[in-house]
Formats: sequence, C-alpha cells, structure tokens
Amino acid sequence: MSPDLSLELCGIRLEHPILNGSGTFDAIAAHRAFGDAVDERLPFSAYVSKTITPERRAGNPPPRLYETPAGMINSIGLPNKGLEGFLMEDLPDLVRLPVPLCVSVMAPSRPGFAALVERVGQRDEVAAIEVNVSCPNVKSGLIVGEQPGETLALLEVIRPLTDKPLIVKLTPNCSDPAAVARAAAEGGADAVSLINTLRATGLDPTTLDPWLGATSGGLSGPAIRSIALDQVRRVVAQVSIPVIGMGGIETGADALEFLALGASAVAVGTASFRDPAAARRVRSELVSELVSRGLDRLPSPHVPSTST
Amino acid sequence: MTDRVLAPFGRRRCAVVANEATGGYRLISALDEGGPPPRAGQFYMLAGAGWGGTGGRPYLPRAFSVAEAEAGADGVRLDFLCEAVGPGTGVLAALAVGDALHLTGPLGRPFSTPCELAPGAAGAILVGGGIGIAPLAILRRALAERGVPQRVLLGFRDRAHSGGLDLFRCSEVRTASEDGHTGHQGYVTDLLAVLLEGDDADSAAVYACGPAAMLEAVRELCAARDVPAELAMETPMACGFGSCFGCAVPLAGGGYMRLCVDGPVVRAEEIETAMVAGSGH
Repeated sequence: MSPDLSLELCGIRLEHPILNGSGTFDAIAAHRAFGDAVDERLPFSAYVSKTITPERRAGNPPPRLYETPAGMINSIGLPNKGLEGFLMEDLPDLVRLPVPLCVSVMAPSRPGFAALVERVGQRDEVAAIEVNVSCPNVKSGLIVGEQPGETLALLEVIRPLTDKPLIVKLTPNCSDPAAVARAAAEGGADAVSLINTLRATGLDPTTLDPWLGATSGGLSGPAIRSIALDQVRRVVAQVSIPVIGMGGIETGADALEFLALGASAVAVGTASFRDPAAARRVRSELVSELVSRGLDRLPSPHVPSTST
Repeated sequence: MTDRVLAPFGRRRCAVVANEATGGYRLISALDEGGPPPRAGQFYMLAGAGWGGTGGRPYLPRAFSVAEAEAGADGVRLDFLCEAVGPGTGVLAALAVGDALHLTGPLGRPFSTPCELAPGAAGAILVGGGIGIAPLAILRRALAERGVPQRVLLGFRDRAHSGGLDLFRCSEVRTASEDGHTGHQGYVTDLLAVLLEGDDADSAAVYACGPAAMLEAVRELCAARDVPAELAMETPMACGFGSCFGCAVPLAGGGYMRLCVDGPVVRAEEIETAMVAGSGH
C-alpha cells in the first residue's frame, strides 16, 4: 500500500507535498524544450511562478551564474514581463498546467505590492499568491523581509485586498527569520515559505574581481540545506500557520527531513536545474522513505506553539 | 525555420561507448537509448554520476553542442567534443567506456538552412574555431544530405587545441592556425574575409561557432557585406531549458535572450554583440 502523500495547504488540496521554488522552473520555457510532456508529467503538486514585478524588468547584466561547492550563486535580477505582460501573455499559458497556480509577486513599494496583489488576486486562475519580501522598500531603504515591522506593515496593506491565500517567502539574510515569520502571521499571512537564497559572492579565479555582473547574488543548492533546516525548525516553533520548507532538497530523504521538522510542504528548486524531472524522483524517493519507516502518510505538520 | 527536436522530459542515464583523444581534446561518445536524434546546432546538458569531487564541484551539468549523431538499432550514438578546462569538463573528459553519462536533450534552437536565412542563399560557409568546430560537423553532414554546396573553414590556436578534424572526413576543409602548424597562419576569419570578397558571397549563408572574439569578427564581417549568418554561441548555463535565466545574451534591440531556449544558434542581427561577459569559462 503506497503512503498517502496528499495534503491540504491553505485550503488548497494538493496531491503531494512537493512544489517548485519560485524562479527555478519556467513551465512556459520548459514546454518549448520538452513539449506537452511537461504538462502531463509536471512533477509539482502546485506551480509557483517566477516572481513578477509591477514593471517589466530585463534582469542583471551577465555573468549571472557562479558555481560553488555543492551549489551555485545566481544574480538573475528578476527579469519578467511586468504585471500587465504577465496577465496578458503568461497567465493564459500557465492555465494549461494541471495543478493549482501560485503567483510570486514583488514590488519596490507598498502601493506596488498592493497593485500586484489586487490584480493577480482577481484572477480565478490563481489559487494563491506568494509575497517575495526579499526586496528593498524604496521609501525606507530597508529590505522588507529583514524587518518584522516592514513585513507587518506590508501585510496590513495587502491582506485586505484579496481572499486568496498569501504565502510570505522569507529571506534567510537576517538575524531572526522567525520574528519576521511571526510578523507575517500577525499580518494575516496564510503560510510562510523559506528559505530564499543566501546573499553570496564569487570571484573570478584569475583576476580576483567579483565574477557576477551584479557583484553579488544568492546561494542555493545542497550547500544551504543545513541552514534551511535550522531556519525551518526555528520558524515552525514560532508560528501556527503552515510552513513550506526549501533549500537544497535533492532527494526524498532531504524532503523528509524538512517534513519531519514540521514543514507542511517542501519545494525543489536548484535540483531542477540539474534534472528538470528531479522533483519526480524526490517524490518517489519520499514514498520509499515513508514505506521503509512503516508510515502510511506524511509526518504530521507542526504543532502550533505559543512559545516565543 | 528548422524546428527544434523536443527532448524527453527529465535527464536520462546513457553509457559512454568511446572516449578518444583528439588534438588536445576528448571525443566522447554515448549511446542514447531514450531520446530522438538531434538537429544540427542543438545541445545537451551533460554530467557524470552524482556531483561533487575536488572542492565540491561540479554541481551543475555542462552544456555541449552535439558534434555528430548517428541513429542505430539500439539508440542514437552522440558525439561530444570536450576539453578539460575545469571541474565539470574534467569529470566528463575522464569518463571511461561503460561509465554513466547523464544527459538532458536535445535542447535549443538548431541551425537553419541557407534558404531559410535568405531566399537567395544557395550555399553555406562554415566557420569554426577551436572546440567550436563541433556543431559544424553535424551541420556539414546535414547540409550535404540536402545537397547544399559548402565550404568549411576551421581555425585553431595551436596543435594542442586542434582536435575534432576527423569529424570532417570526406569533406574539403581549409584550415588556419595561429601558430602555423596547419594551413594559413593567422585567424580563420582571414579566410572568411577572402571568401566573402569573392562572387560566392552573394549566394552564401555563413554558419559559425567558436570563441566569442571569433564570432564577433564573423558577425562584423557578415554585417559589413550583408551576408546572412547564424552563430552558435556559448554562455554558462545552469539548466539548459529556460528556467535559470543564467544564460543571458544582450539583444540588439535591448534586453536579453535566454541562449538555451532562444539559441544557442542565433541570427547575427539578433544580438548586440557576441562578446558576452563570462562566456568561454
């Protein structure tokens, strides 16, 4: 008897707990490379879009990638078609996916976030919105997701604008991600996801100058998994909303570790670069892990805690 | 436009069936039992088993244009030209017969035919440099099968960077080398400049693959003479299927293309420059 992998996340029924990390799987581009097989065999139970911003962005100058031990640094710079371009061109294309759609949004200001949440939230095709707070607020100059106060203030603006689940994507680049998670929950977030990439840089081995066109970027891959596990552990202990864990997941055993710490779901990110169908392997390995432990379903999501 | 061949979704394990030294490079052959034959100009993401090694690299697969592909009863034999220059290529160059080669592909946009590039173009001029001669080998054969007349110009830095000539057996090749060990002493673009001065230029399409500086010289030569050209480019890429956005190449009209899905073969006029920061590493 195969274990039951299904779950309900923010009121959305999911066949299994494996999502994609935002910006690590472009279903539209993948369709150009692999055809209908991408839709038919999509290895994710929900699809999280690449982050969209109010205006079109070209992204950072190359080079944008730097391989590290057990990982990579990217400085992509959020290239995207902007809100209007996304709604007109990409959203109609993403509707063909057989799973719920979560749209990731980011803006340099609260009014910008408000416009994104309101417009995206109006679309029936969208099941949930992920709020990417790893960005500066141009008004305060602070990175929203590094500050509980900024995060709470943002949620207070956007929460009333949609009934759709709001998932706050936490940044690991702060001293106390759990405090930011608490602020997100207090502001009415339905879930948090973590971790985003860790700020990192790499040097040209010949010139010893920074390699990346944007000087620094974000580290991902197995190199960050232990950090991700610890941050998930800390956040799970302090919020009662679901936690989506990610960071260097390569195998079913990795996924199980995040779930065992209390994550409700997990995301496969950089591993998809190495193998576009990596998440399918992770899923089947997760089944094997559960079977070998005599479990007929996923570990229970975290127990709400009042401790601080 | 010549359509791309779609790749099976997901990477697959192939067996290495040959790995031979050629002029400082390795010609690695694998038997692909699970994928279709590629079109000339398409590429594969290649990795050895697992990841890590000295210093925890390679982690990511590496993009390789296919040099030759031959469909047989038990699969497609794929040839890749590889030079060990770093941790990723080092692992690949050291693969032994029977070892696993993990690949995803064929990926990307293939070469067009001359008449697709320009209605009046009847012949092809192939310009290759160094390890970049690889995709021109399969292109040469594909064009020959269509009866397209062609000239092949290949340039090498020195003898230690001159592998893969065997891929061009049965064809007339003109060579150049910076050290003079073969053919014209100088750049392959010197040979191209001479050809483009002749009458052939009006009816020719140019196909080029090689170092960024060579591609840029080809682009400028062809632009100056209004000769249609396609360039097979290279940049570092993490995924090869449009998801990492790492392989940005500046477009002539501003913004960037993703070389993995919008290339690796590009029309010369599409791009701002072939000199993309970070390529060739």
